[in-house]
Amino acid sequence: MGKLQYALFTGCTAKESTPEQLMSTYAVAKKLDIEIVELTEASCCGASHLQDYDDFLSLVLNARNIAYAEKQGMTMITICNTCQLNTAMTKHRLDNDAKLKARVNEKLKEVNLEYKGTSQIKHFLYAIIDDFGLEKLKAMVTTPLSQFNIAPFYGCHNLRPSELQAGDNPYVPTSLDDLIIACGGANVDYEEKNKCCGFHVELQAPHTAAVLTGNALMGAIDQNADWMVTPCPLCHLKLDTQADHAGKAVGRELEIPVLHMQQMVGLALGCSNEELGLKHHVTDVNFI
Amino acid sequence: MDNNSITTQTITFKVFRFNSETDYLPYYNTIEMEVTSEEVVLDILNRIKWEHDGSFSYRRSCRHGICGACAIKVNGKGVLACKERMNDMIALFGTQLTLEPLSTKRAIKDMIIDKEDFWDKHEEVEPYLVSHIDEHPEMECAVSPAEADALLDSDLCIQCGLCHYSCPVVEVNDAFIGPAAFAKAFRFNADVRDDGVDERIGIINEPGAGVWDCVKCFECAEVCPKEVNPIEKITKLHNQIFERGDALNNVATRHAVGFAHSIKKHGLLDEGELVRYSEGNIGVLKHIPVALKMFKKGKIVLPWDMPKSDNLDEIQKLVKSSSTVKF
Repeated sequence: MGKLQYALFTGCTAKESTPEQLMSTYAVAKKLDIEIVELTEASCCGASHLQDYDDFLSLVLNARNIAYAEKQGMTMITICNTCQLNTAMTKHRLDNDAKLKARVNEKLKEVNLEYKGTSQIKHFLYAIIDDFGLEKLKAMVTTPLSQFNIAPFYGCHNLRPSELQAGDNPYVPTSLDDLIIACGGANVDYEEKNKCCGFHVELQAPHTAAVLTGNALMGAIDQNADWMVTPCPLCHLKLDTQADHAGKAVGRELEIPVLHMQQMVGLALGCSNEELGLKHHVTDVNFI
Repeated sequence: MDNNSITTQTITFKVFRFNSETDYLPYYNTIEMEVTSEEVVLDILNRIKWEHDGSFSYRRSCRHGICGACAIKVNGKGVLACKERMNDMIALFGTQLTLEPLSTKRAIKDMIIDKEDFWDKHEEVEPYLVSHIDEHPEMECAVSPAEADALLDSDLCIQCGLCHYSCPVVEVNDAFIGPAAFAKAFRFNADVRDDGVDERIGIINEPGAGVWDCVKCFECAEVCPKEVNPIEKITKLHNQIFERGDALNNVATRHAVGFAHSIKKHGLLDEGELVRYSEGNIGVLKHIPVALKMFKKGKIVLPWDMPKSDNLDEIQKLVKSSSTVKF
């Protein structure tokens, strides 16, 4: 097998409110000898909100992002569940509707780009599991996380709708659990692991958002998790920075460190705390 | 294994039991049964009643996936009992299966729930054709195949309640209309014969109750046994609101529009500005405590450090040429 190469669509959050996620992505890629070309031309995916306002514009912008990955001749990897779903959904719609694809390409032609449909789109989590391989990862673990009970939080947009996803069954997902085990940790099973964190209504329906976040944190804490891990920076923002609000909404103090999937892998591979940006968390990562 | 042969497995069922007239709390019966590869979940419900406890109660009628009566949850997954094969349930969850009503807090007796909230929400959206009919038409009111296709299969809904009782917002917010009723609102809004769009948009545009409170978790799309894909219809209703110029000026609408503004300016989303734009200059103040905590941890990019996409001119050109709505 040759060296793995991917075109990275960072999304916006990794460039702003979760810098630790981008740092740890690069740290892990380096350890795993994965080559990453960052798509610095990419725009925001619209985060499932732009399409509510202007569906066609959202398609054009996402098709443009994919076109840049196609230019590299690489699979696009995402590090945000919502970027993943929006991009995969755009690809699905364009690949299955020649007329729509032609309409979108008519616009892209104005900037000398074309959407062809040649690049696959994959969350980094599944690139590690399916392309790199868990056995291989396991063999590289230098610091097994064996003293920790780790609660996986999958995030909706990596699970549903299942026909656009990498293969996890949304009702019994295993990918993140498998990754925890490969890193030497004990995976915690709890009811909310495949449920919604409420991120997308944070502003317009804060109570709903806080209760959903609270349920997720409670679920993990009550099953004796030491910390949580998620592949989605939006879930991370909710669980990490909104724990106070969530606690008030469900009437209980809720504090549990939440790591990005990349940070967990990085810890197991022996990356330093600085490389993984562990000081950028609002709920302190107090166990290292 | 030969696909045509009938196989048998021993399955342990944990069955939710509750009689609202006599029980203070629900409890679970554990029943072990031999299950054949031919059976569906409804067969199991029947056998529990016929072979184990005649008082066990559940709804069922057509046995053909069309009446929507027999929806329950197996290990938390909403299923139409007459359609769901036991083989698939065993493959997914193993040999320990928990049978519960769609909503345990609404249980009346065992699998039977009080669906009043579902029907009330349904009624709210005027789920019927509102049409000013000419009593003496000169020709039939034909709907072309293309016009029928525009319903996007929303007319396939059998009102089983699976999406409604899988929706996390319905669980938290009593006012929320819910995915089934939204799909129904779309079904009639998309009907060329209908004259009730104004009324329905007014209802589903309401903050708290309407489409703006959808968390976009896709539970409804995943669980629907008829592939109605309610969240697709919710997105379409959002689009109708903007296209018709009915968007109210509030946090939710500005939140959607704010993405377009930010992309035009930076390519990427300016997270801080999105919050300010959505909430307004006063509303944004309530986010200051969290923002300060985030700032201390290096999680806030200051306006002058806001990163921009490369080739931003392309993005700006596309935003200009490809925008289809105005706010």
